[in-house]
Amino acid sequence: MSNKILVFVEQRNGEIKKSSLEAVKAGSLFAEQLGISSEAVVIGNEITNLNSISNYGISNITHLKSADLALYSTTGYAQTLSEYAKEVNADLLFFANSSMAKDLAPHIAIQLDTSLAMDCVELNIQNGEIIATRPIYGGKALAEVKLTKSTKIFTIRPNTFPLGEGNGTNAEVKIKEILNVNLATKVTELKQNNDKIDVAEASIIVSGGRGLQAADNFAMLEELAKIMNGAVGASRAAVDAGWRPHGDQVGQTGKTVSPNLYIAVGISGAIQHLAGMRSSKYIVAINKDSEAPIFAAADYGIAGDAFEIVPKLIEELKK
Amino acid sequence: MKIVVCVSHVPDSAAKINIGADEKNIDQNGVSFILNPYDEFALEEALKIKDSIGADVVLVSVGGDEVKETIRKGLAMGADSGILLKTNAFRDSISTAKLIAEEIKLQEANLVFLGKQSIDGDNGIVGQLVAEILGFNSVSVAVSFNLNGNKIVAEREIEGGREVVETSLPAVITAQKGLNDPRYASLKGIMAAKKKVIDEKEVTVSEIGVELIRLKKPAQKQAGKILGKDSSAIPELVRLLKEEAKVI
Repeated sequence: MSNKILVFVEQRNGEIKKSSLEAVKAGSLFAEQLGISSEAVVIGNEITNLNSISNYGISNITHLKSADLALYSTTGYAQTLSEYAKEVNADLLFFANSSMAKDLAPHIAIQLDTSLAMDCVELNIQNGEIIATRPIYGGKALAEVKLTKSTKIFTIRPNTFPLGEGNGTNAEVKIKEILNVNLATKVTELKQNNDKIDVAEASIIVSGGRGLQAADNFAMLEELAKIMNGAVGASRAAVDAGWRPHGDQVGQTGKTVSPNLYIAVGISGAIQHLAGMRSSKYIVAINKDSEAPIFAAADYGIAGDAFEIVPKLIEELKK
Repeated sequence: MKIVVCVSHVPDSAAKINIGADEKNIDQNGVSFILNPYDEFALEEALKIKDSIGADVVLVSVGGDEVKETIRKGLAMGADSGILLKTNAFRDSISTAKLIAEEIKLQEANLVFLGKQSIDGDNGIVGQLVAEILGFNSVSVAVSFNLNGNKIVAEREIEGGREVVETSLPAVITAQKGLNDPRYASLKGIMAAKKKVIDEKEVTVSEIGVELIRLKKPAQKQAGKILGKDSSAIPELVRLLKEEAKVI
């Protein structure tokens, strides 16, 4: 029998991340179903939108605060979070499966002797235990797992628990000052493009492949993505050609994503690409070759020339 | 200086994955195996250090006999020797990390490279687990790495950017694509690899914290509708996205 769910809420530059709010929502949902308590914990210094957390069901919020923890530190965050989890007797830890959580969670797992399941796309309760489903082989298969140690960590893929409308509660935030932070490993600088939505977190992705023919032609995808508040992704072929940075790559050796809408432009649909985006809720394919495998994975397709279709689609969406 | 590079033996990213009848393993029929792509970046980074200041680069891998083939590929790229921690038992990330950590202690290495994740289990955590078990520092998903004496300055990829991370040896680094351009094994390297030693050690897997209930295939979608061959299909596409899918 579990005791308490602790949700780690991530901030960068003092701003709470949306994927973490999804983890909060999941945490409060499962705490309710299991009949146990839940709490959200944020590590950082000055944080601007702490109250947004209480919109998603958890009213117990703690801010572990130190100037030394403003930027991420593997050692500092791991020590701070482990100690806090022990203090509040939490035995279920939820994270959004972000780059920070992927770095942090395994350190916590050793410090607290937990089991862990990374990148869960489904959580269910069976006989009072959480069963997690997680993609393996880049999404070509799914594994259903049960964690067997008494303390358990789950990291949840973005867009798995869509936020919907918050309920607008105002919670009181408890602040705990953290002293003596272990900064053996620390971030000294953040090089971030704040206007850019990352494909791993976006709820709409417009991706381009070899059919785009040149780096410059991604400008129309940028425009299309911008109208829909989405991110631009790329196939391995487009990344290997040097048209897009590797961080944009979708597929087995890039990012595996589950947005609400995935628009594949000029992407044929190699098996490693399909694996990485197949779990998108809706898939649109635009490709000249009507035989391309991408159409078998798509909900809607236009078997035509991207250079004709994308500008017209932009026009239509602007109406 | 001794550097350990951990490598894993994984199905090719172009391989189709089918689930075995027991629902616990994949069906390996017709599946070709490769050196995990991210491990090539890990090994290249170690070889760059070997080239510049000299180092003994030792490969460590866990698994059955078949893994030796993948270790040979790493030896052909330029690693000095290999160790196979031999077991066919089911492992989770933590039990794998414990086996590797134990071997790193024996090797007395203070710098370890791994790929940021193996493209089979896709957990992406073994490096950080190894670091924590050993009490080493760690940087995961590194896209740049600089070693100066004991000091490390690295950059790691995050959503929409990078973090500059400072730490020091002893350390475990996990490599992301973009860290370097892995070298190809030369013919000379391939010949030399045949003579290099792979030390095989029988190991026992410790307690497992993850119970695999079953493997399954993702739900297959019904093939979609092709709405047309040119931009005349756009109004219908937009209507479907708004009214049927409700995603825009």
